[in-house]
Order: sequence, then structure tokens, then C-alpha cells
Amino acid sequence: MPAQRDDSQAHGSAPVHITVDRAHAGGPQHAIKIRARDVNVFYGDKQALFDVSLDVPEKAVTALIGPSGCGKSTFLRCINRMNDTIPGATVRGRIELDGEDVNDRAIDPVILRGRVGMVFQKPNPFPKTIFENVAYGARIHGLTTSKSELEALVETSLKKAGLWGEVADRLHQPGTGLSGGQQQRLVIARAIAVSPEVILMDEPCSALDPIATARIEELIDELRNQYCIVIVTHSMAQAARVSQKTAFFHLGKLVEAGPTGEIFTNPRDSRTQDYITGRFG
Amino acid sequence: MLTWIALLALFLFSGATYAFGRHKAQRLASTVKSGSFHSLPGYHGSYVALWAGLPAALIVLAAAMLGGRMEAALLRADPPAAVSALTPQGQNVFYDDARALAHGSQASETVYAGDLKTAIEAKAAQAKRLEQLIQYGALAAGVVVGLAGLALAYPRIGPTFRARNRVEGWIAVLFLACAVTAILTTVGIVGSLVWESWRFFQSVSPVDFLFGTQWDPQIAMRSDQYASKGAFGAVPLFAGTFLIMMIAMLVAAPIGLYSAIYLSEYANPLTRGVVKPLLEILAGVPTVVYGFFAALTVGPIFREAFNNLGALLIGGPLDSLGIYLSQVQNQMALVAGAVMGIMLIPFVSSLSDDIMNAVPHSLRDGSLAMGATRSETVKLVVLPAALPGIMAAMLLAVSRAIGETMIVTMAAGLQAKTTLNPLDTVTTVTVQIVTLLTGDQEFDSPKTLSAFGLGLTLFVMTFILNVIALRIVQKYREQYD
Repeated sequence: MPAQRDDSQAHGSAPVHITVDRAHAGGPQHAIKIRARDVNVFYGDKQALFDVSLDVPEKAVTALIGPSGCGKSTFLRCINRMNDTIPGATVRGRIELDGEDVNDRAIDPVILRGRVGMVFQKPNPFPKTIFENVAYGARIHGLTTSKSELEALVETSLKKAGLWGEVADRLHQPGTGLSGGQQQRLVIARAIAVSPEVILMDEPCSALDPIATARIEELIDELRNQYCIVIVTHSMAQAARVSQKTAFFHLGKLVEAGPTGEIFTNPRDSRTQDYITGRFG
Repeated sequence: MLTWIALLALFLFSGATYAFGRHKAQRLASTVKSGSFHSLPGYHGSYVALWAGLPAALIVLAAAMLGGRMEAALLRADPPAAVSALTPQGQNVFYDDARALAHGSQASETVYAGDLKTAIEAKAAQAKRLEQLIQYGALAAGVVVGLAGLALAYPRIGPTFRARNRVEGWIAVLFLACAVTAILTTVGIVGSLVWESWRFFQSVSPVDFLFGTQWDPQIAMRSDQYASKGAFGAVPLFAGTFLIMMIAMLVAAPIGLYSAIYLSEYANPLTRGVVKPLLEILAGVPTVVYGFFAALTVGPIFREAFNNLGALLIGGPLDSLGIYLSQVQNQMALVAGAVMGIMLIPFVSSLSDDIMNAVPHSLRDGSLAMGATRSETVKLVVLPAALPGIMAAMLLAVSRAIGETMIVTMAAGLQAKTTLNPLDTVTTVTVQIVTLLTGDQEFDSPKTLSAFGLGLTLFVMTFILNVIALRIVQKYREQYD
């Protein structure tokens, strides 16, 4: 197995990341929100992830990059245990959210997914009204006690997702009637509404046009002050624009992870170098 | 017999012309630059064979199908005086007998004497001549047309002739003919339904039929009560049909829907692979088997259960109910409805399962990722999204329940009653159609014709249900494509 470089190992037992993103240079130190150790994932007999260890910082955007089929989405789905829903998938290793192993029997995946929200590749608003889409999580988790409280929650969530101005006058129309970019922001509002600590985004812009993409990227930048965001992306430019930390996956292995600025200007592994310069992938 | 020999000969002839045409095309193709011959030799052969075989085959087939009618019409062309003196019915019998005599089939028992005897012998001889004339005429026409087709098609073979496109055209015509057959058959069925119903509605007013509350077609057998008012009131039949349909849907809708939810949302692929085919075996059981299952197994069990329950209640505060229950019979709406419901389960479940599987997986993922449980996801996301399709599946099941015959014939009874009591014996539209039309019946009495009235009404109802259901399904499909 080729030498696997992960700075969490390099830092020893107390890995603390300092992001050196230009926008954030000299910013606060970020505590570790998610700590993954030796994660292996199998789909049936096929191994999709090999001993992945990665630290994800709090209140920052971590980008997972790599060619198709490299396991970055698989890793993402480990964090909120969405791999449980795939028949034949097994996850081994530790993934700690605030020090607790998410795969522990004591952890209820339903509660976990309330803490770790997810945004998918294709916008997937439910076939309900815009209001009901955002209210969905609050309703199933019983987060609000009165109608006015629920309305306030929907409003603040839509405002945080930057969609309020566009839909305030048509909250009771179907969410599926919005444009692709609006749908994706609606889905983000839906995820925010349950006050998650972590938001996972699986190629959130791959189905969107450049303008909608720019809008989502702005939104991600605004949200990173409040949430720990992990984003899978195929666009290296996007990773460079929105993230503070970048992890490069290749063939199911984590090749290299570090501050985004460093990965893009001075990668330590030749495969990372090849990928970001467009030689493969 | 002659027709079959002629068709076989035509087939061989057409096969020979295929080889013939193909050979010519091959020979010509070898003389020109490769690729400049428009169609492959096989297409030239097929083109020639089609022209040589098909029109001639159509002539032979037409003669076989219409020859009898032509013969009968020609036979009547110059009637002898003795025959003209007969009544129209008598004439019909006379000509039928003449033809029967000529072709050696069973004639009526009418005795012909004198002029009529001479006449019938003459006509029989004429019928025999006509038959031969038509057969050989058709054969000769077939030969001429076949040869003409060959003579027309064969010289056309050449480098620039587009045999491939022409053959394509013939194939399109063939498919069109098949499609038209199905459509024409439907039109014919509907036409006969409408025609016979029209005859029925001439003796019984549609208002009395549709809104009358008394169904007793037997009364009309007596001439003093001929088409008496109220005897053909279809309300009790539709009430019975409705009652049994409701019971069937009360069984089939929840069980079918829930098993569909289990199959599409909960079952792992292994379970699904076992359970789904097992469930679909239910759909393969012939309805007559369900019928005797209902009549011989379920009926007695239900009767016994109700009788025992009734015996317990007698003497108590519910005495009269007890007496009623202890007298319940084998045949009741509940038995027919329940068994029909079981028959409909695979129908509902397999349609609903398909519809729920069409709900995009991303919606389920979205809901699960929000921290919803599986059942919350089903209830709040999958079912609402699939609801139109599930409604359509239910409507299709309803239309099957309305049209189902065998189970109700065997298990529901024959008494026409307007009741909502599931323990009572009721009868349905389909059962009445069966009893009206089976056995030896006159086809001009309102009693028999009323079956067509019922059939037409039933057809209109199920047709409307199916149209609504298919519309819903279509709309729903568009939503997710």
C-alpha cells in the first residue's frame, strides 16, 4: 500500500488544524468536529474505502475531491450513517462526532441524522409545498410547539438559505415548481431547519448552471460561520473557492489532506499534483 | 379442403418466386460495382414473393369466407313459383334445406312434396354447381393474379429498384392489418352490445331499467306479464355488485397496499425475490378455483361461525340478532366479497409496488437524511408522491371487481335484493347475465335481451373507471419522467 499521508497522523495524538485559507488567514483555530479513524467500507465483497483517517474542523468548509469512484461520497455517507440504507454495505472503523462514535449501538441513526444534515447531488424537494418542505424536519422531530413558532422557523431557515425573498409570497406552492438552483437552496433550508451541527453536501452544484452554482457557493460561505460543512465536489475550482480544508481521495484511499491553500499550491503527493493540474480524473 | 390445398400451393409458388427473384438480383448485382445495387438480393426475392403470393392468397381466402354467402344469394336469384308462394320463413327453410342437401349436411325435418320436391332438387343441384363455380373461379382468379403479380414484380428487379423500401411498406401494412383487427373486433363487440341493448330498450324503457327496484326477469316469461313494468329494474343488481365490490376492496385495498409497501420499502432483495413471485401466483389462480374455494370452503366456515355466534346470543339481550345469525346461509355477499378481495390482492399490490418504485430514490434518501424513520418516510413522502398512481391501481381493481363473474356466480346467490347487509344473499350484474344467457334461450325475448342491457351498462361503467385510472397513471408518469 502506498504511503498514506494524513496530517492527523502526522500531528500525533492531538491533531489541531489551522486553516491557512487566504480569506481566513490568521483566523481562529478550529476545533475538530468529526474525527474519522481507519474507516473501511464494503459494498458486499467490494471494498470502497481503505483505512481512511481524517479530521474535519468545526465551523469551516472541508472539501473532498478526487476522481469518480474514489470513495469521497462513500465517506460522506458514513458520517450520517446513510450507508445503513444501502443493502450489503458494511462500515468498519471509528467516526467520532464530538468524541462519540456514530457507529456505536447507543447512537440512534435517526437522531444522528437530525444532527448531521445532508444535501444531495440532485435537488430532491419533497412533492409538498415550499412551507411543508422546510417544516418537514420540525414536524417529524417535534421541534416546534405552535403554528407561529413553526412559521418563524420556516422563515428564518429560508432566510438563512437566501431563498426567503424569492418565495415569501408563494410558500404554499409546490417546492417542485422552483428552478433547480432554488430547489437546491430549498433543500439546504430544509436541512438547516432542524439546526444540525454538520451539513454534508454531496456535489450540491453538479446539476446546476453557473449562476445558480455561484449563488450556492456564496451561501456555503455564509453558512460556514455557523456549521461544520463537508462538501464533495468534482470541481477543483469550487473546492478552492469555498473550502478551508481539502482532502484528496484516490481509489478508495485518502491520499492527502490539508489546508486548501497548501493542497492547491504545494501538494505533497504526486498524485494530488497530477489530479489538481488535470493530468487525470 | 380445396382452399387449404390452394393455399399450400400458393405458399410453395411464392417460395419459388422468392428464390427466383433473389437469384436474378444476385446475378445482376455481380455485374455492377459493389455497393451500387440498391437493395440486398433477399429484399428483391421477398418483393417478388409478396406480389406473387399475397394478393392471390387474399382472393382464395375471401372466396372461402364469403363463398357460402355468394352461393346463397345466387341461389335465390330466380325462385320457382312454388317457392315464391311460401312464407318468408318457409323460404328461408327451403333454401337452407336445398344447400344442406347439396353439401350433405343436416337438413330440417320439413317434408317437401310435388312442385316443391322438384324445386328443391333443382335448387340443390344448382347449389352444388354454384359452389364448384365459386371455388374453381376463385382458384383460377388466384392463379391469374399470382402470375400477374410475378410478371409485374420480376422485371422490376434492377440496381436502382428500391426493393428494401417496398418490402418495408408491405411489412407496415401487415402490422397495420393486425392492429386494425383488434380495433375492429372491439368495435364489433361494442356494436353488438349497443344493437342488442337498443332492441331491449324498445320493450323496456331505459328509465325503468336503470331506476327500477325490482328485478325478476322470469315474470316476463308469462305472456300476461310480458315486459311488465318493474320486472327489469336493475337497481338491485347494481346494489349487489356495489356491495360485493365494497367488501372486496375493503379486503384488497389495505392488504394489497400494505404488502406493496412492505415489498418496495422494507423487504431486502432476497425476501422480495421470494415474496413477490409468491404473491403473483395468487394472480394466476383461475377465478373458477376461487369460486369453488368460496362456495365450498369459505362459505360453510363463515356460516358455521355466524351460526355458532348466533346460538350464543339467543336468549340474551341481542336475542333477535342471535336468531338472525343462526339462520345465515352459505351464500352471502361477505363470502363472495372476501374471496374476491383475496383475488384482487396481487393485482393491487403489484401495481402499487411498481408505482412506489417509480418514486425517485432521492426523495427517500432526502427524508431519511432528515432523520425520518422508514415508516415516516413512507407515510410523509413516498405515499403522497405515489398517491395518484395508487388511486389509479385501486380504480382498476374496482373495475375488475365489478366485472368479476365466476366467484359471485358460485358464492353470492341468485336473489336480487337491494341491501347493504353483507350476510344476506345478493346477486350481481354479471351473475344475472350468466343465468340469462346460459341454457336454451330465445334471442328475441326481453328476458334474454336484458342481458345485453346489463352488459352495456356494465361496460360503460368499467370503461369510465378505466379511462379515469389510465388518465391518472399517465399524468403521474409525466411528473417523474
